[in-house]
Amino acid sequence: MKVALETNQLMAFAMKQIEPHVVAAYPITPSTEVVQEFSQYVANGDVRTEFVAVESEHSAMSACLAASLAGARVMTATASQGLAFMWEMLHIASASRAPIVTIVANRALSAPINIHGDHSDAMGARDTGWIQLWAESAQEAYDNVIQAIRIGEDPRVRFPVLVNYDGFTTSHAVETVEVLEDEEVRKFIGSFPRPEVNFLNIEKPASFGVLALQDYYMEFKRAQAEAYKNVKPVVLEVAEAYAKLTGRKYGLIEEYKLEDADVVLVAMNSAAGTAKETVDKLRQAGKKVGVLKIRLFRPFPIEEVASALKGAKAVVVMDRAYTYGGPAGPLFCDIAAALTNVAQRPLLGNVVAGLGGRDITMEHVEHMFNLGYKALERGSFEPLVTWVGVRE
Amino acid sequence: MAINLKALTDKEARFVGGHRLCAGCNEGTIVRQVLLAASDYEVAVLNATGCLEVTTSVYPYSSWKVPWLHEAFENAAAAASGAEAAYKALKRFGELPADKKIKFIAFGGDGGTYDIGLQALSGALERGHSFLYVLLDNEAYMNTGIQRSSSTPPYAWTTTSPVGAAIPGKVQPKKNIVEIVAAHGVPYVATASPSHYIDLMNKVQKALSYEGPTFLAVYSNCNRGHRNPTELSIAVSRMAVETNYWPLYEIEQGKYKITYKPRQPKPIEEWLKMQGRFAHLLKPESKPLVEQLQKWIDEKWELLQKKEEFSKTL
Repeated sequence: MKVALETNQLMAFAMKQIEPHVVAAYPITPSTEVVQEFSQYVANGDVRTEFVAVESEHSAMSACLAASLAGARVMTATASQGLAFMWEMLHIASASRAPIVTIVANRALSAPINIHGDHSDAMGARDTGWIQLWAESAQEAYDNVIQAIRIGEDPRVRFPVLVNYDGFTTSHAVETVEVLEDEEVRKFIGSFPRPEVNFLNIEKPASFGVLALQDYYMEFKRAQAEAYKNVKPVVLEVAEAYAKLTGRKYGLIEEYKLEDADVVLVAMNSAAGTAKETVDKLRQAGKKVGVLKIRLFRPFPIEEVASALKGAKAVVVMDRAYTYGGPAGPLFCDIAAALTNVAQRPLLGNVVAGLGGRDITMEHVEHMFNLGYKALERGSFEPLVTWVGVRE
Repeated sequence: MAINLKALTDKEARFVGGHRLCAGCNEGTIVRQVLLAASDYEVAVLNATGCLEVTTSVYPYSSWKVPWLHEAFENAAAAASGAEAAYKALKRFGELPADKKIKFIAFGGDGGTYDIGLQALSGALERGHSFLYVLLDNEAYMNTGIQRSSSTPPYAWTTTSPVGAAIPGKVQPKKNIVEIVAAHGVPYVATASPSHYIDLMNKVQKALSYEGPTFLAVYSNCNRGHRNPTELSIAVSRMAVETNYWPLYEIEQGKYKITYKPRQPKPIEEWLKMQGRFAHLLKPESKPLVEQLQKWIDEKWELLQKKEEFSKTL
């Protein structure tokens, strides 16, 4: 079935199809419509979901966590300051192994206040232990949110998932999207695999959120770290099953014309689309360029990234966020780490672009590839980090 | 509905010993009283970060024989909202028996209730989630080492409202959390003290008889922070009631009722002198401050009686 909806509305539609037990959410631009549209489904009686219109994002995640530990399938949506306000609870949710799915229309962080797209919010959450899926288009956002439920809830995983797509560029764009029937979605995700140990099990009472000091804390954290090893194979299994159902196949990363590429641009979310268009144009001019798109950002697919980039001569990593005072942008640091043990490393450079909704045009992307070619001539990226599309 | 102490002694304790609360701490006593009074119900407990939480859940031990959940400092009421939402939804989806009855009880200290958790509490009260919130009011951040809160009484010494030549302890008033909660229009709000345990337990039962949010503010002596001998902890709580510093009353569906009236209210000095945190007030030059405190208490008591009288006309 094909529908033409704004991505936010499409996300609410996906939530209707998923019909979680509990949604606790607080509106924030540019993800407001997700919650707003979903509350209409609740009001219409289209879903049996208990919708909790909380008084803040911190309480949204607190309520989501308790509901999840009580054995409910739980979803929410947020962005920017909202995700930042949840930050404390993001850590507690992942360490509590609560498979909450949070939809994020990625937006810049204050100050100055700005409602438009960049990746600062999700990058701020990158060490919180949440799985992160990223989407280039409305179709991918829809496909990711359905898969996120099954990935997060898999008993081998049981971690919360952030489903990211760009604020405004994607969130407010209308695209024609292929969607599943409600019945297909429910069959694909199955019923919530409620653990026997849950907060509403009066017969077998358990204590959640206990104190662990020097004698046990580190074992808790080591066990959590170990459990992320299960995520990658489950993401691929779920993608395989989803491909069987829909014909749309996803990996951990997407390689676009990398086979013979000399210069590769690494991108996430909507800018990957612009980058692919630019690659097609530059290839017509005889330039061997390609794009690596990251779909699974957490846990970071180190081996897959290293394997995808090992043939390139120069790699330009595009960050739509910055690590102030750090060595470079956050995605760059991960890419560089992934290549640490690769014997023949490509030259690595970083561009920062598209902050606060600044357009990333094909001209910008062409400039980014040119930075790669210049580095090949010089033998290194000078400087390491270049801000693109900014008045200096 | 009256409390039958004899019958309650046969009930299995749902909060058990082995915890690491300080000797003489009122919190364990209060929690036992609350859970005993709730013994007709299946309960699930939520706990804000604080003394009670850290001392009762030291891994791999737990003092809780009921489901227990701690998330963070400021969000016990938000967590209760989520748990109650899941409970309602799972029933609606037919995944929990329709006749399954669970009461949610949240415990928070004055930090988690008056201060950092006030927003989450207000939100949960306004949304009307069905849960009993029990405030354990020991009038400072005792878990981090006796720092002032908005519940700390005027002129009390704490480590962040120290007594010095220029400033005589905390100079701000004590926030009136009971009125703040009552202003949400919730069905039942009451105060209690572990010294008056029948009154406390009756109030727990009354609160649990309602659907919707209910609130019980319990005075909780902290001998470490209030600076009194451990064996006097209940006596200090009793004196808080006998001096009208902590009057016992309830606001049931908007109507005030004082549930205990001291025959001859004791002067506030009787309570102050039991606690080292007020030692500086016993010096002759502090007399005006004590008089101020007494005046504040008398006025509060007067107003409460008037509210009770007025409630009779409703």
